[in-house]
Amino acid sequence: MLLTVVEDREPTPEVCALARSLDPVVEAVAYGADPGPRELARWGVTAVHRIRHELLDAYAPEGYGEALAQLVARLRPSGVLAAATEHGTEILAHAAARAGLPLATDCVSVTGGDPWRLVRSRGGGMLLEEAELAAPVKLVTVAPAAAVPAAGPPHAVGECAVAEFVPELEPRHVRARVVERAARTEGTGLATASVVVSGGRGVGSAEGYAVLEELAGLLGGAVGCSRVATGNGWRPHRDQVGLTGTRIAPEVYLACGISGATQHWVGCMDARTIIAVNTDPDAAMVARADYAVIGDLHEVLPAMVAEIRARRSVHSGPVVSEERG
Amino acid sequence: MEVLVCVKRVPAAGARVPLTGDGRDIDTRHLGFTIGPHEECAVEEAVRLVAAHGGRVTVLAVGPAECAEQVRYALAMGADRGVLVDAGRSDPDPEATAGAITQAVRTLTGGEEPFDLLLFGDCSADAGHHQVGIRVATGLGLPIVSGVKALEVAGDGLRMRREAGDGVEVYRVPLPAAAAVREGLNLPRYPSLPGRLRARKAELRTVAVEPEPGGLRTVRLRQPADDRAAVVVLGHGAAAAPAVVDVLDELGVV
Ligand SMILES: Cc1cc2nc3c(=O)[nH]c(=O)nc-3n(C[C@H](O)[C@H](O)[C@H](O)COP(=O)(O)OP(=O)(O)OC[C@H]3O[C@@H](n4cnc5c(N)ncnc54)[C@H](O)[C@@H]3O)c2cc1C
Repeated sequence: MLLTVVEDREPTPEVCALARSLDPVVEAVAYGADPGPRELARWGVTAVHRIRHELLDAYAPEGYGEALAQLVARLRPSGVLAAATEHGTEILAHAAARAGLPLATDCVSVTGGDPWRLVRSRGGGMLLEEAELAAPVKLVTVAPAAAVPAAGPPHAVGECAVAEFVPELEPRHVRARVVERAARTEGTGLATASVVVSGGRGVGSAEGYAVLEELAGLLGGAVGCSRVATGNGWRPHRDQVGLTGTRIAPEVYLACGISGATQHWVGCMDARTIIAVNTDPDAAMVARADYAVIGDLHEVLPAMVAEIRARRSVHSGPVVSEERG
Repeated sequence: MEVLVCVKRVPAAGARVPLTGDGRDIDTRHLGFTIGPHEECAVEEAVRLVAAHGGRVTVLAVGPAECAEQVRYALAMGADRGVLVDAGRSDPDPEATAGAITQAVRTLTGGEEPFDLLLFGDCSADAGHHQVGIRVATGLGLPIVSGVKALEVAGDGLRMRREAGDGVEVYRVPLPAAAAVREGLNLPRYPSLPGRLRARKAELRTVAVEPEPGGLRTVRLRQPADDRAAVVVLGHGAAAAPAVVDVLDELGVV
């Protein structure tokens, strides 16, 4: 039997599909409220273990991990899979530490047997690592990009039984727990923008970003930057694209004065179209982009702004002349 | 406040990460090395905490003697003491790394003068296993919050904030405690010249440990496939602007 961790009531399709490819019997672990057994049954999950404890009313990483470690000791599954999210990774790491088990994070593929052979995504896709995981219970987090066996929900939908599990916890297990929760107010603009105009060392100064702001404004997009810009204090860290910044997947990514270091590339490589503006025709960003302009961004970007304004004023020509009376 | 910061020496690769012929490792012959960005923020935070509340910052790195370069960088930023942990293996797995740090902390404190706060990077910049800090905290019986983007002393504990999913979580944790922090927590300073001189002369303590190997074994590294089509050069300089705007128009974003 293999266990999958269910967050937010929703089973993660990649995780369930991967679990089914590794073990014919898949069960789930859920914390707190309604684990949605019907939805789980669609993914071939035959039982869900609902962890309940008054100390776990608020999210507490250590308490959640300890509860999972106790459940694992009770059920002895072949492995435990969770999505490689903030909570999924953290819960498995705590459970692993407490149970004295190894943990493989960010896996994009897993082959069963003993040991499990797996491929980890390092640095958000900078490198792939082939590894072996040997343990009585194998703990794995599954990266969003995992190439899972293409198995949708099974046709024959069975029953998913619900079992309660009450772990033995003490207050020391919840010394670190959430005392306040809020919606994210900053930094979401970059992550969700369909156009990102991004600038690196080539921009040269904080003031230099004015033309990037202007262009982003015209295109209804957001401004991004490289780590050089953040490190120099030209832009706030929430604008940073890359391994230690934000990973984005806009329709269009315009990389201006950015060389294309691999730690930056992994943050923007999921963009549908990448356009590079760079003085250096041999820059990695130019080589990897879909389109490139070779030149000084301080000349190219103002010309683009002027071109867009000119085309818009032609299209809205009659309106402009009416306004002028 | 006694603060311990654990930093990792990682290769600073450029446009590609070069690999050795047998694919076992990153080919570092032509690469520089750096402290992971998350850990650089951890050092900065520790130095600021100690400046505000008194105490000392100790910086520790597990790995070969060359890690002295990264420990000295942290000293140049303002840390007080440097420790090299010799675990006797080139690239330990995450359980072994955590075991090495846990043993080293016990040796350093020897039951007395425990650390009030242990800081880690959220994940190392090269291997990124996301678990060393949690394993050390568990081994030492400390509460830990990971992914921390803001940290402040509140009463006799800490208040920490982090992003999770599409929300923000706030934690309150009593001291002693641990935190695994992310870049963006602060803007790390560049070391001053006097700082660099002091760091160059500082004596580093070496602690030898023998951690047990864990159950995760790296077999081979490989480059991901790069399946983007060849680049289309639209032109040179300002004269290329109409061509770029044409492309943006085709993509429906103008
Ligand atoms: C562990 C680790 C994590 C990292 N994480 C990140 C991350 O999350 N995000 C990130 O961005 N970086 C990250 N980095 C840093 C990364 O390695 C590079 O140093 C950084 O991305 C380089 O920024 P840049 O391209 O702006 O600067 P440079 O590499 O200096 O490139 C500047 C480019 O601008 C061009 N240029 C100069 N002047 C002009 C001009 N007037 N017009 C047009 N082009 C011009 C140059 O030809 C050059 O290509 C990380 C590094 C490490 C070691």
